[in-house]
Amino acid sequence: MRKIFDFHGGIHPPENKQQSLRSRIAKAGIPPELIIPLSQHIGAPSHPVVSVGDRVLKGQVIAQALGFVSVPKHAPSSGIITAIEDRLIAHPSGLVAPCIVIATDGRDEWLTHQGYPNYTSLEKPELIELIRHAGIAGMGGAGFPSAVKLSVRDDITIDTLIVNGTECEPYITADDILMRERADQIIEGAKILHYLIEPGETVIGVEDNKPEGIAALRAAAKGTGIEVASFPTKYPSGGEKQLIEILTGKQVPSGGLPSDVGVVCQNLGSTVAIYEAIALGRPLISRITTVTGDAVREPQNFEVLIGTPMRYLLAKAGYQAEKNNRLIMGGPMMGFTVPDLNVPVVKTTNCLLAPTALELPAPPPAQACIRCGMCAEVCPASLLPQQLFWFAQGKELEKLEQHNLFDCIECGACSYACPSNIPLVQYYRASKAEILHQREEHEKSEHSRARFESRQQRLEQEDAEKEAKRAARKQAAEERARAGGRQGDDDPIQAAIERAQAKKAALQSDTGKGNELQKLEQAVVTIQKRVDTAQAKLKQAQAEGSDLVDALIAGLEKTRVKLEKAEQALQIFRASQPAAPTDTATVDAAQTAIRKAMTARQAEAEMSPEQRAKTNLTKLEQRLQKSREKLEQSRQTDQEDSIIEALESTVERLTAKVEAARQAMNTATDS
Amino acid sequence: MTDLLLQFPLLAALLALVGMAAVFGALLGFAAVRFKTEGNPIADEINNILPQTQCGQCGYPGCRPYAEAIANGEDINKCPPGGEAGIQALADLLDVEPMPLDEEHGEESNAPAVAFIREDECIGCTKCIQACPIDAILGAAKQMHTVIASECTGCDLCVEPCPVDCIDMIYEKESMQNWHWRLPNPVSRQVEIIASDRPEESASGERAA
Repeated sequence: MRKIFDFHGGIHPPENKQQSLRSRIAKAGIPPELIIPLSQHIGAPSHPVVSVGDRVLKGQVIAQALGFVSVPKHAPSSGIITAIEDRLIAHPSGLVAPCIVIATDGRDEWLTHQGYPNYTSLEKPELIELIRHAGIAGMGGAGFPSAVKLSVRDDITIDTLIVNGTECEPYITADDILMRERADQIIEGAKILHYLIEPGETVIGVEDNKPEGIAALRAAAKGTGIEVASFPTKYPSGGEKQLIEILTGKQVPSGGLPSDVGVVCQNLGSTVAIYEAIALGRPLISRITTVTGDAVREPQNFEVLIGTPMRYLLAKAGYQAEKNNRLIMGGPMMGFTVPDLNVPVVKTTNCLLAPTALELPAPPPAQACIRCGMCAEVCPASLLPQQLFWFAQGKELEKLEQHNLFDCIECGACSYACPSNIPLVQYYRASKAEILHQREEHEKSEHSRARFESRQQRLEQEDAEKEAKRAARKQAAEERARAGGRQGDDDPIQAAIERAQAKKAALQSDTGKGNELQKLEQAVVTIQKRVDTAQAKLKQAQAEGSDLVDALIAGLEKTRVKLEKAEQALQIFRASQPAAPTDTATVDAAQTAIRKAMTARQAEAEMSPEQRAKTNLTKLEQRLQKSREKLEQSRQTDQEDSIIEALESTVERLTAKVEAARQAMNTATDS
Repeated sequence: MTDLLLQFPLLAALLALVGMAAVFGALLGFAAVRFKTEGNPIADEINNILPQTQCGQCGYPGCRPYAEAIANGEDINKCPPGGEAGIQALADLLDVEPMPLDEEHGEESNAPAVAFIREDECIGCTKCIQACPIDAILGAAKQMHTVIASECTGCDLCVEPCPVDCIDMIYEKESMQNWHWRLPNPVSRQVEIIASDRPEESASGERAA
């Protein structure tokens, strides 16, 4: 017989387990609609791999695990995916979360699956992979992925493997009924776990309020080396750390894991699920759920498909909605109120408690803490709940941490014992969340500070580099200037002056005739340009009503006079050289034409769009006039038809062009 | 010498005191040089409390400059992102009275926000990139920009410079990821009647929160 230890504190609430143990496990059947939340476990939500309209078979993967701490989801029955959307789920927040909805077809068609009854032939990592693929997460309440729990590091030796069949919370009998009816499966599952972990010993811990279950287990475990230990009933001996202390006398250190003291703990329901996954190849798609409370006519345990709406399941047990004051998922100590009857049963739904108001009255109003110390007496984690309550009220988060708030398992024993009815656990939950939130914030702010500082550094560096470049350039210029002073030919300004002087000299020295002509022509063109600009300016000034109009007119007059003079000079020069050689004349003519065109283009470029459009129009009109005259002429002189036709088309084209130019001018004037 | 000192005990005491003062003075002087702390440690501690949004709502170019200003006697109530909790923490650290948040510098917002660029409206001007104090905006000239949501502190400094107003501040909604338990309503403990005196119906008819 094993030595049984005791843990500090604990309470003895009324058990209320017998109501749901009167009948055997019943099949809940296939509801018309299954709602499978993507997050039913601790860790990252899984990712859907099916789309709306797909037909799925029972056991088919519908959502894949994302990351190490995550599990996949399987279709609990065959049917059509009707939606992947946000639905209300069983969560104390009453918020919606993404779910996959399956409309079942009632055929319950299995995907071909195959188990490994001969699992010892498989490697351990393969077995753990099978458990992960079966979507098994702790079925006791928290829903921690079992595969993660079973992946024990090689450097840690496990002395004890514990299968947790305590089920200490009142009302819940899901594990008890499993022990009574499926003891052999539990033992098989424990054997698989034993093979996987290779502990020194394997113990199934059961409270002594389940004598039938213990007897069944002991019968099934005969000859396997698996021990079935029973110990006095006390709440919360089913807590992982508490059970480890009861069975081994070892305490898991604060903030540590059971593996730190050489223990691995698995829930009894999960053990059966592991057996089904390995030996039968069935993923976790159904579970045993206790439906109990005075508001159901036939409290009993159901084997229910994951995703079954609670309303459907409750109806099977004879739910009387009018008697029920609130529906609780889990037990009366640690459960929470379900926001709506349509939320689905998930992998962690071990119990649906539908009490009447008389059975589980609403908590009376909380009163002041009288510091009686009853909470500290019952606390299984040996904390000081009254102190924690005090600090939680004052939001002294640092002090809460110093008083080991994070060792609190939220069992609710303190709230149960409190004569002032203070909802202590709610204070601890809120404070824990606040501390975690602040830690997260602090981490984030550290991160942003690092980014801010590296940005500042980068900016400073960029500035410094720019400054350095500027300094280098300055220095180089100074050096060049100094070098230029010595040699006298490197200064760009000096060079430019020299170039200009050379040009002037060349102009002066060059007295050729062509050059004289060029010079005169150049003079005419420049003055013409000046006249044009003066005109433009005048126009602008007139438009603006400037005072400078008179001055501008005078200036324009002067420039015109100059232009006339220049033209006269040019003509005189040309007249004085009538006998210029023809070839030079043609060259000159070509050059003049080019120059004219260039000046014209320049002038055009300088003109405002309005002016440009106007000149364009005038020119075109002139051309049109000319072509018309030509056409008339050729008609009168009876030219060839082709010529006349060509001329006609030209006239037409020009007319169109004139029209376009007119429009352009209009738009230019408008703008 | 000894005779002289014995004759004039006052002189002896004086000499002893002067000597001790010199020795301890030298010791303190040495310690001040040897164990000199770099920078301003109090400013570092203040900076640790500040939320590091680098939003500049306090009127300083970033959290660090404000921390230094606080260390030099600036008021502690100019940080809206830090809120009342931040002011409380600063007051505890500096041992001064906590004061209400200075509304002039903005109001405390409860939900954390993240900037979001409506990407098809972005013209790629890089102005928001230059404004972001923590390099949380990605993009290049004439290319679409986007905010790295996980890095954004929600300081909203990028909203103002955007020439096409395509940046929104999106406030985080309550979801399963950020939901957590709230503290019980303190009013529930301030009922005026003694619980055991209440009539049975009202005790059973009341629903739990």
